Parts: sequence; C-alpha cells; structure tokens
Amino acid sequence: MATVAAVIASTHHPFYYRASTSTGADRPPFADEWVTKIEAFRQTLTRARADMLVMVGSDHFHQLWLDNMPQFLIGKAPFYDANFYNEEREFGLPRMLVRGDEDLSGYLLRQGIDAGFDLAFSNELRIDHSITCPLITLRPETDLPIVPIYTNIFAPPLPRPKRFVELGRTIRQLVESWPTDKRVAIIGTGHLSLELGGPRQFGPHGPDPEFDRKAVGWIASGDLESALAEVSLESLWLPGNATHGFMDFMLMMGVAGENVKADYVDSLDLFHTMEAYFTWYPEASA
Amino acid sequence: MSKYLLNKFLYTVDRDPELVERYRADARGAVAWWEADRANLILNCPAGERSTWLTFTDAEREALATHDYPALFGLGAHPFLTLTLFIALFERDYDEPLGFQREYAARLSHWSLPYPDIST
Repeated sequence: MATVAAVIASTHHPFYYRASTSTGADRPPFADEWVTKIEAFRQTLTRARADMLVMVGSDHFHQLWLDNMPQFLIGKAPFYDANFYNEEREFGLPRMLVRGDEDLSGYLLRQGIDAGFDLAFSNELRIDHSITCPLITLRPETDLPIVPIYTNIFAPPLPRPKRFVELGRTIRQLVESWPTDKRVAIIGTGHLSLELGGPRQFGPHGPDPEFDRKAVGWIASGDLESALAEVSLESLWLPGNATHGFMDFMLMMGVAGENVKADYVDSLDLFHTMEAYFTWYPEASA
Repeated sequence: MSKYLLNKFLYTVDRDPELVERYRADARGAVAWWEADRANLILNCPAGERSTWLTFTDAEREALATHDYPALFGLGAHPFLTLTLFIALFERDYDEPLGFQREYAARLSHWSLPYPDIST
C-alpha cells in the first residue's frame, strides 16, 4: 500500500513569490526572514522523499463559477496549467505547468464516491494560487505529479467544518489503501483569520490575532475536539470575512489525525494575515 | 436583488484585460453594454442558448456605473470579486504600496458585523 510520507498544512500567501524574488528597493523589509522560514519549511517536504503530491486548495472564482459550483472536486488530468491573468496582474505569479497523476486521481474519485462523498471531477483544470503557492514554497522544481483537490470555502452555501474534517480523514484512509508502493505527501493550504474586501483588510496584522493564536494551537496539537466545538460556518465570519478558508486547515487536521501533534510548527506575523506552517510525519508516529 | 448578476459582472470583467480598461475608462457605458449584451450569456453555453431573465436593479446598476465599491459591499456583492477587480482598476493611481487597499478599508469602516449577506 502507499505510504503517507508527510502531511503538510500551511497558509498560501500570494505575495510570497514577488517578495522573495524582488531585489533592491523593491524588496520588502520582511522578505529575508520570510524566505528563511520558507526554506526551512521546504526541507520538511524534501526529507519526506515523496513520489507525488495530493494538494488541497480552493479555486478563487477562476475556473469554478456560480452557475455550476462543486463543493468538493478532484482533478483527473495528465497535466494542469496554472495561474490566471488576474493573479499575474495582482501578485506577479508566473504561468506554470504541472504533471498530474491520473491513477491516484481515479482511485480517490472512485473510492471517495463509494465512501460517501459525491465528488465532482475535472479532466481539464487550471489550478490557481491556492495550489501554486505551496508548490512555489515547498517544491519550486514542480517535478512531482500532483492530484489537486478543490474545496468550496468561498461561495455559500458551504459544507460545514465537520464535513471538511471527515473528507480529510477519508483522503488519508484512501491514500493508505492505494495498492502501490509510492510515497505520497498530502499538502493543503488555507487561511487563518483573513479579511478580503471588508473594513478590516490589510491591517498591520491579521484581523483577529486571538483567533490565530488559538487556531495555531489547535492545528499544532491536533485538537479537533476544540476546533470543532468552537468553529462553525456562522462563527467563522467573526475573525474576518474570508476566514472560512480555515476549514481547509481543519480538513488537513483530519488528514493528520485527532490529537496527533505536528512534528514541525512555524509561523510568521505579517501585515494582513499570519502565516503558519505545519508538517507531520505519519511513519515516525506509526 | 440580483447578487448573482452583480457577481457575474465583476467576475467576467475582472478576467478580461480589455474589459478592465473599458470599465475603468467609461463605467456607465461599459455597464450598459454589458447588461444588454453579456448579462444573459451562460458562460459554458453557446450564445444562442443564453438566459432571458437577468437584469440589474436600479441600485445595482448605479453602483456599478459609478465605481461605488462601498455600495457594492452593502448590496452583498462577493467582497473578493469586488476587491480584486477594483485593485485592478485603481491601485495604479496610488503611490504607496497598498495605498488603495487601505483607503478601500477606510471607506468601509462604518460597517460592523454582521456584514451584508453574500449568499446567492
């Protein structure tokens, strides 16, 4: 059976690429510290020696639109083009091309549907910065095939937090039951407190540092019980109007397992939002 | 209320560089053209199989025609779509990094929770 070589959860900050590649007067004062932290985080994937990556993110109204909006979607294609015009325009993100692993996509779709998730699929998916940002931070060579999994954290009505956790648990079980000797890293990105297009956006910190402190604690300790007790679709409006992206972190807590402490935890308090980075090595705790 | 159509305008303009410039240069004209010509196109269907029923309310049309993003927030347009498009329209007019984004926040500062409902 396949081995889950690493479980990795992080924020996806679209400004990292520009900050890390800029020079001279254009380079922001926080760039060097940010790059140092990202390079250390990158090592946590490198040392896992993964053969492929399952990547959980959320389309930001790029390919997926309100006339036909899936709640959970798995890409099944041999290649994924990546990044969109408005991400080049606003964030300076490059166009990318990433290989896909159709065998694992097909396995997760078939088994996931049979496990009770009516998963949508896409045979021609252009992935956006929710997946390319972690590729840029964790595997800039983009040499490993991926399986993209999109969640709807954006367009109400949304699935509830518990459903994200259940899907995470199912993804973990399915990867571990995939009949192959491959090593699979499962990577997902979301948000801590975040406000976009509202009065609390682009402040000196994330809009709710207290929520961020608690959330980092839940993730680092695998405290799903507290997270599920305190987080609801309704409560997530309070820390910031885009904080529903935290449900992708909860999905990754489901992948990592209840009360399983992360082997690597780091964070960086930036303007607008807090960055946070977590890695688990299931083999070490097995 | 036609929040869906507001969002459709923001979405389809934001993804098209020519429409971004057209909307910046002549908001009222671009909105009138879009409502007459584009509002009822189903994005994944041929033009002959368009919808027949989508129109803006007067308040929605006026908010778009005057680049009034605080009004769009109040009308329940998706804040991510509004923010992204308006950054494309106006960030270039500000000297300081994030200058437009901070003014945007300030112009919404009279809002407190709960914000307008964005569900469609």
